[in-house]
Amino acid sequence: MPDTLTSDTAASRDAATSVAALEVEQVRHRYGERTALDEVSLRVAPGEIVALLGPNGSGKTTLFRIVSTLLRPSGGTVRVFGHDVLWDPDAVRRRIGVVFQQPALDPQLTVRENLVFQARLYGIGDSERNARIEQLLARLGLLDRAGDRVGVLSGGLARRADVARGLLHGPGLLLLDEPSAALDPRARRDLMDLLAAERERDGTTIVMTTHLMEQAERADRVVMLDHGRVVAEGTPETLRAALQRDVIKIRTDDPQALAAKLRERFGLESRTIDGLLAIEHPHAETFVPELFEALRGEIREISIARPSLEDVFMWKTGHRLGDGEGES
Amino acid sequence: MNVQPRFWEPTFALAQRELVRFFRQRGRVFGALGTPLFLWALLGTGFGRHFQASHLGGGESYLGYFFPGMIAMVVLFTAVFSAISIIQDRTGGVLQAVVVSPVPRAAVALGLVLGGTAVAAIQALILLPLSLQVGGQLSLLGVTLAVASILAMAIGVGATALLFAWRSASVQSFHAIMNLVLFPMWILSGALFPPSGWLGKLMLLNPVTYAVAALRASLFPGGGGMPLWLALGVSWAFAVAAIGAASAVVRRA
Repeated sequence: MPDTLTSDTAASRDAATSVAALEVEQVRHRYGERTALDEVSLRVAPGEIVALLGPNGSGKTTLFRIVSTLLRPSGGTVRVFGHDVLWDPDAVRRRIGVVFQQPALDPQLTVRENLVFQARLYGIGDSERNARIEQLLARLGLLDRAGDRVGVLSGGLARRADVARGLLHGPGLLLLDEPSAALDPRARRDLMDLLAAERERDGTTIVMTTHLMEQAERADRVVMLDHGRVVAEGTPETLRAALQRDVIKIRTDDPQALAAKLRERFGLESRTIDGLLAIEHPHAETFVPELFEALRGEIREISIARPSLEDVFMWKTGHRLGDGEGES
Repeated sequence: MNVQPRFWEPTFALAQRELVRFFRQRGRVFGALGTPLFLWALLGTGFGRHFQASHLGGGESYLGYFFPGMIAMVVLFTAVFSAISIIQDRTGGVLQAVVVSPVPRAAVALGLVLGGTAVAAIQALILLPLSLQVGGQLSLLGVTLAVASILAMAIGVGATALLFAWRSASVQSFHAIMNLVLFPMWILSGALFPPSGWLGKLMLLNPVTYAVAALRASLFPGGGGMPLWLALGVSWAFAVAAIGAASAVVRRA
């Protein structure tokens, strides 16, 4: 058998030497002709919650698969608590818990049977196993459903059971791929609360892919991916602050003509996003009436908003998060 | 948590899951036993009118000759069914979690094949007494040898199915393998007709032929058309080789 470690001692040793929970260095990946990841680098500290935010096709799922040891990158280095995914995948596998888009549970087995199965994969001893399963069932609010087959559970409950599965062996790093896909808004909030609580309790590092800004808003840090590149990175607050202004959006019949007028008369650069003309301005509340007066005939609709992560993303890329171009 | 990946524990966990699933799906139990019985009765009765049982070796009737072939069909169906669920479980089910765990890849392959083998063997054991109706003899030694033949066949066919399933991106692409590889392995195994002529030479290259012959010789003294030790030896050699090949494929992908 390879070296045996308790993940508790692994975690404390890793923390003591301040090894990054996840280190991605200049990772490239190509599927045939298509570049899915183009020199992506990022670093996640132990205990952080990081959201990889991007539309379909941005490369976030490819990155997720590489970190989960499911896909070998075309180039670059990925280390989990200092262990290279290519050179020592088993050391990485002992330290990661993985939650996929589709629950990795057997619908014919009960929740508890699924967790016992998972424990046997990781060689967790009987006594330790039962205590851990009961503990997780309680934490995730699944105790009264533990004897039900997974196949009869709602999407939200199945997702929670799947998170329990991912956490069972006490991984230092929990990876989740679009964890709230197919969940209603309430189940999404519950899931985020649950993950935050888990981090508080065990210091579990959490990295999740998402295309939903509400979810990314609740991360400590957001890494925005687009076309296989990191386009922006920071806490939700700093990302929004980087825009420094409010966002004014104008719907008009001829965006190009209006953009030209804005440049001539106000010296303002604008962007076209989704057919809307977007301008950032430090004093939108006083500027908008002036603008509306000046261009009265051409504005069909005008709005002011505090920038959201979606605005930040659009500002950086010129398109919305929802723009899908096939799965990555 | 003490994370200490082992070999046999995950192997048995995977195999046990197959068994639990099988018994929880009532329709599957019924279909798995009903379909071969139905085909055995229909094909056996239909062909029986045109075959001279005395040339076949193995029982007195075509139904007797076809009996080991029917067991082989149970094994084939089970292997195909497992393979299809493996493909689905890898993309959207429980096997996703297995492949990111530190379980040795050989244990994954072995666990999946042994699970299917156990399911096939249980069905075969349920059907085995029917051989008494068509001229079979169930001595203790005969049943032991029959079980050894069935296990070799199930491991060999199951591992072959796994090998292709692991490489298949979708259930659709596996259908071609089923039609071009697995189904011919059954047709040309002596299940339906004994080897003869140029086709017979081809059939002797098919490892399943030996497992079917071993089963026939175990149940019908004097049947099988080849020495039992040879039939059983080749069958087990194939089972071991197929498991090895399947493990290699699981390790690589």
